[in-house]
Amino acid sequence: MSFETCKDVWVFIECFQGEPKSVGLELLGQGRKLADGLKQQLCAVVIGKDVDAAVKAAAAYGAEKVYVVKGDEYENYSADAYGHAFLKLCEKYDPNTILVGATVNGRDLGSKLAVSLHTGLTADCTALSVEEESGNVVWERPAFGGNLYAQILCSETRPQMGTCRPGAFKKGQPNPDNKPEIIEEAIPTPAEQIRTKVVEFIKAAEDQGMRLDEADVIVSGGRAMKNAENFAVLQELADVLGGTVGCSRAAVDAGWMPQSRQVGQTGSTVSPKIYFACGISGAVQHVAGMSESGTIVAINKDDTAPIFEVADYCIVGDLFEVVPALVKELKARQQA
Amino acid sequence: MNIVVCIKQVPDTTEIKIDPVKNTLIRQGVPSIMNPFDKNALETALQLKDAYGGKVVAIAMGPQQAKAVLREAISMGADEGYLVTDRAFGGSDTYATSYILSQAIEKLGPFDVILGGKQAIDGDTGQTAPSIAEHLGATRLTYVLDMKVEGDKVIARRQVEEGIEVIETKFPVLCTATKESNKPRYATVSRKLYSLRCDIPELTIADFPNIDTTKIGLKGSPTKVKATFTPKRTATGVNIEGNSPAEIAGSLIDKLAEAKVL
Amino acid sequence: MSLLYTDEQKELLAMVREMAENEIKPYVQEADEKGECPRELFDWGFKMGLHMLEIPEEYGGTGLSYETTAMIFEELAKVDAGYAISFVTSFVALRNVILAGTPEQGKYFADVVKPGRFAAFALTEPNAGSDPGAMRATAVKDGDDYILNGNKTFITNGALASIMVGFFKTSPEKGNRGISAFIVDADAPGITIGKHENKMGLRLSNTTDVTFENVRVKASAMLGEEGSGFKLALNALNLSRAFVATMAVGIMQRALDESVKYAKERKQFGEPIINFQMVQQMLADMAIKIEASRCLVNNTMRMMDNGSLVRKEGSITKTFVSDCAQEVTSNAVQIFGGYGYSKEYPVEKLMRDCKVFQIFEGANQVQRMTIAGELNREYK
Repeated sequence: MSFETCKDVWVFIECFQGEPKSVGLELLGQGRKLADGLKQQLCAVVIGKDVDAAVKAAAAYGAEKVYVVKGDEYENYSADAYGHAFLKLCEKYDPNTILVGATVNGRDLGSKLAVSLHTGLTADCTALSVEEESGNVVWERPAFGGNLYAQILCSETRPQMGTCRPGAFKKGQPNPDNKPEIIEEAIPTPAEQIRTKVVEFIKAAEDQGMRLDEADVIVSGGRAMKNAENFAVLQELADVLGGTVGCSRAAVDAGWMPQSRQVGQTGSTVSPKIYFACGISGAVQHVAGMSESGTIVAINKDDTAPIFEVADYCIVGDLFEVVPALVKELKARQQA
Repeated sequence: MNIVVCIKQVPDTTEIKIDPVKNTLIRQGVPSIMNPFDKNALETALQLKDAYGGKVVAIAMGPQQAKAVLREAISMGADEGYLVTDRAFGGSDTYATSYILSQAIEKLGPFDVILGGKQAIDGDTGQTAPSIAEHLGATRLTYVLDMKVEGDKVIARRQVEEGIEVIETKFPVLCTATKESNKPRYATVSRKLYSLRCDIPELTIADFPNIDTTKIGLKGSPTKVKATFTPKRTATGVNIEGNSPAEIAGSLIDKLAEAKVL
Repeated sequence: MSLLYTDEQKELLAMVREMAENEIKPYVQEADEKGECPRELFDWGFKMGLHMLEIPEEYGGTGLSYETTAMIFEELAKVDAGYAISFVTSFVALRNVILAGTPEQGKYFADVVKPGRFAAFALTEPNAGSDPGAMRATAVKDGDDYILNGNKTFITNGALASIMVGFFKTSPEKGNRGISAFIVDADAPGITIGKHENKMGLRLSNTTDVTFENVRVKASAMLGEEGSGFKLALNALNLSRAFVATMAVGIMQRALDESVKYAKERKQFGEPIINFQMVQQMLADMAIKIEASRCLVNNTMRMMDNGSLVRKEGSITKTFVSDCAQEVTSNAVQIFGGYGYSKEYPVEKLMRDCKVFQIFEGANQVQRMTIAGELNREYK
């Protein structure tokens, strides 16, 4: 792999049980931006057993080329198999830039590749751009729990790599007519090389609600909720608006909500149309997970709460009075 | 079972303040703590030791003050602690740090299990521990909730977004722990006293005669910081007021409807 | 806080504080209302090794100094003194074993307690409080054994203890000189535990009657010589009397912490009430009494660590500190005003908790007589 000859922006299209996860498709949008800045092509990488859905989606979301590695050994993610396949692709095709979603497996794969390729990986990026003169991608990411943002460069080695959080970027508009070049590579990974085996998969049972990254409206509660039962108040508002309930870390730490509902630096990053922050103080760690929301409504008894600095609509009041009033008013108007 | 845990001393980022003029951290007065996820990793290690016997070694890379987290690890039950420290290691990014730690692990090993936290709350990259696996060529399992041993098999439960994977593998294995993995135990009084009095050996560059110096420190770090800045927060908010919750609710809904959000 | 804590002491206290705040504090209000501490709560203290602190190292304990142990229990008492006293009571029993027991007896006691068990100290009877010599419990020799009979009352850890140090008359005709001390396993046949006392305060602490009905113990269970029990009890109590004062300091400190916080937030007549001089006077007097109490406890602990039996100093410490605590906690309620009177706020409990410190371990009136007696002896 050479600094001079490497080219193209690659985006890993992570899948789960044959279906492409949203994050890869979100990153194709960013990849397009980088490819334009570097004046190179946007490519997708699909590895799996059933790859058709992913290839189709990659095409629809703008890939100019799709590299495909198929095999039974790729049915479930494993660092050994996926790492091996991706590495071989890199050795053959010499990419300039690689984007991977910062999911559990994406982070796993990203770090494995970065070390194998002896190159730099910047994790959890929230903004990407290109330095046109140097051809360096500028990887922007939060640190210190979101208190500080840093711009990172991988200036001496290639490929330059980054992971980005699901929900940090929005998917573009799909174009069903896009027809990329499909390049299938036969890269088998022998069984002896795969040191881990998934013997069972237990679907997440406790959280049956709408996923945070799918919701248009999120009603989130914090420390002021006082207990788990009170979240029913927020659920009512979420139901009326067709959204779902989220929470801050304080609620998870107190055991009122599962971690899957946490919005923030160590939870999920979300960007719904409307985000209601109820009884949430607005610590930087939380804001880092929801600041890209379309409209932020904050309800808090404390008029000095930092959440009011990022909110579009500020209500100083008791959420246990305001939220039910909102539900009542919305129901009344919906009836009318 | 021989177990090693990589722990990091970090500023308590819930207490951190940024100097808005210089755009740097105000470190003074911010307490330093053991990275919370490393504490989970340590608890996983101690539970393995409780169940299967063996030894738990804690290692940390950092300046002298990082010995405090090693002592904390010992007070919770780790058998030994080592500080990897040298000016030559300063400025390392995750690639260089993970390389140096892997060298220390090779020196102190062999180990059956290597544990680390899923991410450090200052860097937040989540890359260092998994990268160590790569340098060592060890099997890696990230986001492990718990592990048990059956004969020569290791059975681990791994947390992914969609649920839990039950995975079978063999030693040696590197695992990262997360908050859901466990609730870290408190220290005991007698262990705490021991930890304050015991020796914490240091490993400096002299202890690694064969280390590849191109992979350490600032020079060995493929990623470099171009700039840092504090996130800008603009108070654009519209205050919604009213004489009653019903009035406030009505006012908000009107405004949202006007803005075509609702 | 004006004690010169060593780094080790600071670390230990931080550790205990974190555990108590996170694991015990959230459940105190409910437990106080119920009058019962759930076993899981005690387990946190056991896991941390709080029950082993005073047990000598040669018996597998931590062998911590009185000074440091007292600091730890002050810290624990800030969260709940009833919780703290459950552990402290084991040490009250232990001291008798250390003062008069053989190494075998010491090891036996330590081994019972080590896995996470409580001990109890059974001296008081319905008719023998300030006057323990009036006790009616008997220990009658029978071959190589003694048969114990009697009814002890207000026994802390009565229902929880695995092992007890009990006092019985081996020679009733000899009065005080006829009392002997015994180590008794709590599960020995013939021991019945009465109902849990519904107390004003220290409600997380278990207090019951303990009835001995023809309980057979080996002669080797006797602590020290036959007839030495009274002196032993007095000497042991001198030590524990000074020690329990540390919990009263913890209660007072909590009272002050809550009061200052409240006084800064509560506004009347347009300003925080901490701006009003009479509130300031109350807070200042609270702070003065706490400082003096803490230093007094600490100094007496150091004397004990130095081997002193602190007959006079123990009485002085306990009397002064417990009297201060009454005033301090009462003023805490006063500062909170109407809210202080409500169980929703933490201060009324503090006032209820500290009253007993003027009563147990020797009523303050008796302490004053003891102090005067010592003065009389000292001056020629």
